[in-house]
Amino acid sequence: MNRRQAIALLALAGLFISLYLYLYKIGKIGTLACGTGGCETVQLSPQSRFLGVDVALIGVVGYLVLLGLAVLASAPRWAAAIWPLRWLAILSAGAFVFTLYLKSLELFVIHAICRWCVASAVIITIIFVLALQEWRRERVRA
Amino acid sequence: MASPSRMTPKKPQPGPSSNRFFLVLGSLAVAGVVVIGYLVLRPKDVSIPANVTVLAADTAGFRGYLIGSPTAPVEITEYADLQCPACGSFDVLQWDVVKRQLVDSGLVRWRYRDFPLDQVHRHARLAAHSAACASDQGKFWEYKALVYQRQADWSFKSSALGMFRDMARQVGLDTGKFDECMNSKKFAGRIEASLQEGMKLGVPSTPTFLIDGRLYPGAYSSDSLASLVRALVAKQAK
Repeated sequence: MNRRQAIALLALAGLFISLYLYLYKIGKIGTLACGTGGCETVQLSPQSRFLGVDVALIGVVGYLVLLGLAVLASAPRWAAAIWPLRWLAILSAGAFVFTLYLKSLELFVIHAICRWCVASAVIITIIFVLALQEWRRERVRA
Repeated sequence: MASPSRMTPKKPQPGPSSNRFFLVLGSLAVAGVVVIGYLVLRPKDVSIPANVTVLAADTAGFRGYLIGSPTAPVEITEYADLQCPACGSFDVLQWDVVKRQLVDSGLVRWRYRDFPLDQVHRHARLAAHSAACASDQGKFWEYKALVYQRQADWSFKSSALGMFRDMARQVGLDTGKFDECMNSKKFAGRIEASLQEGMKLGVPSTPTFLIDGRLYPGAYSSDSLASLVRALVAKQAK
């Protein structure tokens, strides 16, 4: 499995985590599987919305875009194109910074940790590192 | 500008490893959709979180569940937990008499506040939220009475939501709206605010009655409450 495929699989995992949290937020899933109970505290906090939009929904859309780009970059037809890698690197960098912001809110404002959010943070960090490596490699090759 | 070799897509040359990858990705996507679908469609359990941030909107215009004349000379605030046996005993044995003698007669305005004791009563907060949802449809007092009457039936169940739903139906609530309300957890902040109010006042246990600025812990009898109220009314008349 190469880096692009790894990014696609990670983005798919992140997409389902975000979708799970969003469905909870809109009342479609009864309880969250979360040992400490911190997930509900985080999800029901005022900080669970960013500029009026649910953070979980931002995650769904963000991961969907990353997944689409990674699938495109993994397809033989687009293997040589550099723009999907460039956008993967740019968008995952933005997502990484946004994740740092969200983590700081959990630690210093909400004072609760949501395990699913931690999982998503780990995923986006790995995606960011892989996307950056892959973009650099392709730029050097080009 | 990017060179044509970087912009122009290659001719499709799907190798076996690429096909295998898309097969794996597709299978995982289908599995994820199935799991999410199951989670959405399964009969839901609900838990009402404690330690939620109380927003101004949670308490705006809400002082508690009120019954009785707004001009009654005495206001009694009851801090109670729907899973607390002493509260249940007070409600089942004393409330009807208290209501008839003190509330309906215009002497008392009764104010009911949630004081869920989460550490000892696992369903207390869920019960409080279900009562808030009943209040949303204008049936708080009927629902609360039934929940207390059947306290022994739901208290020891691993999941009490089904019974709350049954009781909601029995008092004539729209169960669709009730489910929607429970799933939304929209009263979590209000319940937490009520608990914090009681803690700030120093409520030591449930039930506790706040009468004329003083706390009276314990399941008082209707006679004791009536004596207190009459003494207060007489004092005010002087």
